[in-house]
Amino acid sequence: MIIGDRKPIQEILLMIGNRKKVLVLGCGTCVTVCMTGGEKEAKELASLLRIKGYEASDYTVERQCEHEFIHPLCDRIQAVDAVISLACGVGVQALSDFYSDKMIYPGLNTTFMGMPVEQGIWEERCLGCGNCIVHLFGGTCPVTRCAKSLLNGPCGGSKDGKCEVKPDRDCAWQLIYDHLKKQGRLDLLLEIQPPKDWSTSRYGGHRKMIREDMLL
Amino acid sequence: MSWLREILQSGQFAVTAEVGPPKGTDAENVRKKCDLVKDTVDAVNITDNQTAIVRMSSFASCIIAQNMGVEPVMQMVTRDRNRIALQSDFLGACALGIQNVLCLTGDHQSMGNHPQAKNVYDIDSIQLLQMFKTMRDEKKFQNGEEVKGEINVFLGAGENPYADPMEFRAIRLAKKIAAGAEFIQTQAIFDLKIFSRWMEEVRKMGLHRKAFILAGVIPVKSAKALRYMKNEVPGVVIPDALIQRMEAVSDQKAEGIEVCVETIRKVRQIEGVSGVHIMAIAWESIVPEIVKRSGLFPRPVKGEITSP
Repeated sequence: MIIGDRKPIQEILLMIGNRKKVLVLGCGTCVTVCMTGGEKEAKELASLLRIKGYEASDYTVERQCEHEFIHPLCDRIQAVDAVISLACGVGVQALSDFYSDKMIYPGLNTTFMGMPVEQGIWEERCLGCGNCIVHLFGGTCPVTRCAKSLLNGPCGGSKDGKCEVKPDRDCAWQLIYDHLKKQGRLDLLLEIQPPKDWSTSRYGGHRKMIREDMLL
Repeated sequence: MSWLREILQSGQFAVTAEVGPPKGTDAENVRKKCDLVKDTVDAVNITDNQTAIVRMSSFASCIIAQNMGVEPVMQMVTRDRNRIALQSDFLGACALGIQNVLCLTGDHQSMGNHPQAKNVYDIDSIQLLQMFKTMRDEKKFQNGEEVKGEINVFLGAGENPYADPMEFRAIRLAKKIAAGAEFIQTQAIFDLKIFSRWMEEVRKMGLHRKAFILAGVIPVKSAKALRYMKNEVPGVVIPDALIQRMEAVSDQKAEGIEVCVETIRKVRQIEGVSGVHIMAIAWESIVPEIVKRSGLFPRPVKGEITSP
């Protein structure tokens, strides 16, 4: 899922300034599950803004990233001075495109694509490079989880299974080594992985997918 | 031809020293450091923004060293340059006569003084080795296009016998050698037990016959510095007994030199170690004394060495 982190209230107040009539718009998908931008959080932020003197209301849609869900919001959005979207960056942009005359503010920082690893803790798992090779590494992605995206083994800073860059994170290469050992496939590590083709990633430019079979 | 390569191939024990470029434009700073070590080492290894702190480039510093008759080993890390820039600088280095290149991934920028920077890591150190080897031996760029002109560079890599997973370290070395490493510079050695065990693995795999291994050493001025390294520098293992030994003496500097000399003498006895790399960070002036006391002086002279 996409993980988000709500912006501090001070930053939100600075963004909206003196726009008094505000709609806090939650999103019912990823950010609901990671508990930063769903219905509950939208209500909380709206009440906080009311305490601060704003005329704040809230509403939550199933997905802010699809037109069919944001189209019906027309009346609600026209009635306010500003919208604080608690969706990820995709939702904020979908709203901004659709309601281009309105001020749409991001209430969250979109942090990463990841998953909950224990209660209250989420970790990044995928950076969307566009060319998945995770099976070569025992199911752990070094592109995402190694701080240096090393494809040919651990750097010299792996210690007690932890990463030198973020000592509270697991060293991806220790995980890869352990998994491959369990699978009896350590021989995979002897192969030299060639330089990655980054053209499928964001570095190749803004990405787009076309499904000919689904075009109208 | 690389002088370092010539010495190693002749079977003589090589000595190199590390020089860190200044945080500024002072070429004289590079010259002074090189001047301090030049008569007691075979080549000077110049770092590429080590610990991710911005300094004069390794490339420029290498040219300054070369102009004073010192043979440089140019370090190149993949943290800051993609394959386009790395290949381009490699061509430039070859054109200007640089004979040795050490291929590294580089410390993560979060360790340095611009932690807000965006890193590159387009390729890793093994892919960098392979790319340069292919440019040299097959005259091909990474994309397969033809490289024009002569390339005769001695390629090196780093390896850390002390990092985890330890049982993978010798295998990783094998990969580096397969990718193109002809000489290897190790992480600083303080724990000889672990190093000897690693060398045993290296010998079992026959890697010491495929590449020259230079054992890394760091002279340390105090027990406090050792303790700092133990706690703060990832990938360095320092036995407590060594810290206690340093703490027990009044002249810790002298003891630090003694420890370094002892380490050099011990690693020299280990089969498969072809040389030593002295990293006297901000203490370059001590290199001549260490080399002399280790019995490694005088150094071979050009035109006077013979192959075994």
